[in-house]
Amino acid sequence: MTTATLAPKRRDLKTERPQRSQRRRGTSPYPLWFHIPAGVFFLVLFIIPTAASFYFSLTRWTLFDVEFIGLDNFVQFFREPALVRGFTNTFIYAFLTSAAKVVLGLMLAILLTSQIIARGFLRSVVFFPVLVSTVGIGVTFTVLLDPFDGMVNQLLGMVGIAGPGWLTDPNLALYTVAFVDVWKGVGLATLIYIAGIVAIPQEYFEAAKVDGASAWHNFRFIILPLARPATVTVVILSLIGGLRSFDLIWSMTGGGPGFTSDVIASVIYKQYQAGFFGLSTAGNVVLFLVVAAIILPLSYWLNRKGSES
Amino acid sequence: MKKKGVVLGSVSIALAAVVFLVPFAFIILTASKTQQEASLLQFSWPTQWAFFENLTTVVETNDFILIRAFINSTILTIVAVVIMVVLSAMVGYVLQRRKSRWNGLINFLVLAGLIIPPAVVPTIWVLQGTGLYGSLTGLIAVHVAFGLSFCIMLFKAFVGSIPRELDEAALIDGAGPIRLFFQVIFPLLRSVIVTVIVVQAVTVFNDFTYALYFLPGMDNATVQLTLYNYQSQGLNQWNLLFMDVLLITIPPLIMFIFFNRQIVAGMTSGAIKG
Repeated sequence: MTTATLAPKRRDLKTERPQRSQRRRGTSPYPLWFHIPAGVFFLVLFIIPTAASFYFSLTRWTLFDVEFIGLDNFVQFFREPALVRGFTNTFIYAFLTSAAKVVLGLMLAILLTSQIIARGFLRSVVFFPVLVSTVGIGVTFTVLLDPFDGMVNQLLGMVGIAGPGWLTDPNLALYTVAFVDVWKGVGLATLIYIAGIVAIPQEYFEAAKVDGASAWHNFRFIILPLARPATVTVVILSLIGGLRSFDLIWSMTGGGPGFTSDVIASVIYKQYQAGFFGLSTAGNVVLFLVVAAIILPLSYWLNRKGSES
Repeated sequence: MKKKGVVLGSVSIALAAVVFLVPFAFIILTASKTQQEASLLQFSWPTQWAFFENLTTVVETNDFILIRAFINSTILTIVAVVIMVVLSAMVGYVLQRRKSRWNGLINFLVLAGLIIPPAVVPTIWVLQGTGLYGSLTGLIAVHVAFGLSFCIMLFKAFVGSIPRELDEAALIDGAGPIRLFFQVIFPLLRSVIVTVIVVQAVTVFNDFTYALYFLPGMDNATVQLTLYNYQSQGLNQWNLLFMDVLLITIPPLIMFIFFNRQIVAGMTSGAIKG
């Protein structure tokens, strides 16, 4: 009996000692070297290229030869109308898609959290395009939106409207791609909003019901303010995605017709393809700065406003 | 109330069918048509089913390049996701559990990894320096590096919900740090691991941009690149192109059918907290 109680005590003493001396190097149960394997990948293939891009953007570069030319790449970038077009298009595209995703996502989420039949099925249907290959979607819509034989224009033709060349009209191409982007991506926004709305305590709605609030009041004074974290997430995610967007644009228009639907990411690819690696990297730096200049203040502002209320 | 739900639901089903299901029906129908019929681009029932002929033609094109692409994409996806899951779980775990002076820097880097667009051409330069450019290994490493941030965020948030007493109990039983993590903590992360696997597998499998940059040439194409090459050949073989689209949609579809609920649960818990 006595030995039985003594033995565990002794073991406790033994294990307590190394725990107390945890502050000594390498004895913590949470070793810092756990960061290292991931850190190596991140350092070699993310941090080093990002840091190097600042240098290479100032050079005429062929991967074999590097010639320092200062800010010439940036000057060229902002002097060529085609490249500036890509710059402004990036803003239009990112803001359009994220605004549409916020509005449509919120509407769909309210619909899909209300008492309707086939709710689960509808949630799945809306979310599915998020998982499908972007290039596959791009190819499909290129065909559906064909100006002559495409289904969309044939349907419009039936009701007597002559559909435009969705992807061949220089004034329309960018907006058409943005529209398809929203079609593909709205499911994710909806999903985030559904999570946000479901997390709102039912008591609020019950109290509002007692006060005789209408559906609009519920939306305006309960859902909208309390789903705010979801809005922040949707805005940030879709802005980042929109600013970087490449594959959908590339598979639908290739930046055309002309340069009218180019964005920074497709300009980067075109310059890379043409062998202007320095100019391409300068485009990357511009994209980096644009993303940072928009996302950092925005997320700071949105989060601060959120914690105040 | 109930009646309203039925009406609203029916209208939504009809709308969803038009907006979301018609494009997928179009893919399947066009993939089943003969070349002449497919070139009309109509949304119609095929007069002559050529589904299996198209299937074999697509598979046999260019010396079975599609089969090789599927093998490449499968290896790429599995290896990249496994590495990502293990490494980012380790980081998320230590980052959550241990207060060290590195935490600020690591948190900053994780955020930077989420926001900053990767610098593609300098990455090619690094890959060439290490002799990995144009190889599947190189693309795997790139995907790991670019995907870590997102995974770490999810793991870090989830580790917070595991009680510390568990760690202490394991330590008292004599487990070392490595056993503590791999035998005690890692199995407890299962639900988040499934989410990370599904999300990253879909991302890596569907990736087109990085494959285009880092895996040039058709020798080791991924499935997304086969699609692009079909399109750029401009042969007007829409039936074959859409058969290709259909085939590469199958893996995400399977993922979706099996893990639908899991994705939704995991994505939302991670996304809102982030």
